[in-house]
Amino acid sequence: MSLQSTETRRIPDRLGTPLKSAIFSWPSLLIVVAVVLFVVNSLASPYFLSPWSLSDATFNFTEKVLIALAMALLIIAGEIDLSVASIIALASTMMGLALQYGANTPELVLIGIVTGLVCGAFNGFLVTGLGLPSIVVTIGTMSFFRGISYIVLGDEAFKGYPASFSYFGQGYVFWVFSFEFALFVVCSLIYYVLLHRTNFGRQVFAIGNNDVAARFSGIRVERVKFILFLLTGLMSGIASVLLTSRLDSTRPSIAVGWELEAVTMVVLGGVSILGGAGTIQGVVIAALIMGLVTFGLGLLNVPGIVMSIVIGALLIFVIALPILFRKFRNRRR
Amino acid sequence: MSQFLKLREFWLAVLIAALVFATNMRAPGFATPERFAGIVEDSSILMILALGQMVVILTRSIDLSVASNLALSGMIVALINKAAPGIPVPALMLIATSFGLLLGALNGLFIWRLGIPAIVVTLGSLTIYRGVIFLIAGGQWVNADAFSSSFVAYTRIEFLGLSLLVWYAVVIVIAFLILMSRTSLGRSFYAVGVNPTAAVYAGIDVGRTTFYAFCLSGLLSGFCGYLWVSRYVIGSVEVARGYELTVVAACVIGGISISGGVGTVAGAVLGALFLGVINGALPVINISPFWQMAISGAAIILAVVLNGRGAKRGQRLILKNAEAAA
Repeated sequence: MSLQSTETRRIPDRLGTPLKSAIFSWPSLLIVVAVVLFVVNSLASPYFLSPWSLSDATFNFTEKVLIALAMALLIIAGEIDLSVASIIALASTMMGLALQYGANTPELVLIGIVTGLVCGAFNGFLVTGLGLPSIVVTIGTMSFFRGISYIVLGDEAFKGYPASFSYFGQGYVFWVFSFEFALFVVCSLIYYVLLHRTNFGRQVFAIGNNDVAARFSGIRVERVKFILFLLTGLMSGIASVLLTSRLDSTRPSIAVGWELEAVTMVVLGGVSILGGAGTIQGVVIAALIMGLVTFGLGLLNVPGIVMSIVIGALLIFVIALPILFRKFRNRRR
Repeated sequence: MSQFLKLREFWLAVLIAALVFATNMRAPGFATPERFAGIVEDSSILMILALGQMVVILTRSIDLSVASNLALSGMIVALINKAAPGIPVPALMLIATSFGLLLGALNGLFIWRLGIPAIVVTLGSLTIYRGVIFLIAGGQWVNADAFSSSFVAYTRIEFLGLSLLVWYAVVIVIAFLILMSRTSLGRSFYAVGVNPTAAVYAGIDVGRTTFYAFCLSGLLSGFCGYLWVSRYVIGSVEVARGYELTVVAACVIGGISISGGVGTVAGAVLGALFLGVINGALPVINISPFWQMAISGAAIILAVVLNGRGAKRGQRLILKNAEAAA
């Protein structure tokens, strides 16, 4: 998207020491921000530092971060999926429809996840099969998927999910640790291993850096990208199960605007929007930061729309500051 | 090549005409000049916004903040009008336009000076600008009875059978036709999008050109802020929420390539008109308005598929030429 083609890429003679580069890395900067926010929050509100309110705070981001994990891989590979929130709406609608035909809890979960996979496959086919730009395709499917929800539901809502279904969004695994939080931890670990410890992960980076070169080195670029769209659909389906279970209802306007929040998490987490660079750690910490900000401001009775100013400013300035710093340093030399 | 491009806009126009006549078959009386004028009026704001977005997309960027910019500029003039009804409306238009320009220039500065990708900057400013509306209005709406009569009239006065709103769009379209084909700035938007490296060698400042594109997009969004508030007679945080994607959709349907450098004024206008016709036709043929979203989504997908086939062929050709040259 940006115009960096006239800029040369410099390769240093010697890499920095691992410790030094770890201290100055993006995730460490984010950790500092997160710790500061944590301290500020606990000073600002007496209700912040209690296990239960912290546990409640996790619901703010667990569903979104599940999508952000898959989205991170997709963005690293140089693609994007703006239809995730609409996939949630469609999957939730399908679950609601199935409920009308008397589906039980395991069937509902299966339908939600399969709908997500089908939507992901549809995006993946359009992007990799027909070679279309993902940003436009997913803007189209974003209206299309949610549009189907509106056709099915209109201004109605599906309600009355079975009691056992509510476990996914409201249940606790152990003490204050909710099922959603546990799933978030497990998925973060899986995605960490997938991106940073497997061949597949290296292929994702290779594609993001230079997909022509990746193709010439024997990576099946289309197949990898297709799998990434499938994964994003899958995670959206899972998020849909969680959200539907937590809200205990389905409306066509469910999860509106989440695609931008998921992208914000990913970019704030240090993933390059141009592809080719990023870490899962960064995304996870960025999600914690966004959760802390929204929850902390919520305790202080700040309305949601004002929180969005903070999130937006955070997005721009966290990215702008290192660039400004580098510019300033280069000028002094 | 230019003939092929002409063909694409031609077919889009044919498609729109076919849509109008098909609707007319089901619901006679749809294809009257008055009805069509109504549809053009409904899509005027979208046309103006699509032209601004086109320039940005041409330079390989995207401006997701247009709807928030529109809502914020609109809210500002709505509040001014509420507080001081005596201020003449042209002055308010100027205020909305220059404020929009300022917001667009802010986006542009971050992109030009700091090299942050446009999608990131405008994603951030999308939420910030909309949050600011809440702050300056204190969460309140500006309702219909708060506006002065001239504020509302300046989009409604009829001239030669069309409302002023349509005439604004006509003037802007003509200005864009001249800008894009007859000025060096217009041509450099294309040059930057087609090949930024070559543009640098041709003496074009790529960053500055992108900056101007965002200024232009912001300026038009600000002007549309006034138009929107005046036409729908409401100022609120929810004004035009999510509309940025409709604007991008209009561009895509109009054949403007998201990878930059390809697109015409006629394409943007027809893309906006296409969405306007669909929205106008659905209620007439008794389809629930809830179908609207899915249909425009399907239209976008179809448009990308059709446009993409042309683009892919072009890409292969370039590869082949490069091999032959090597």
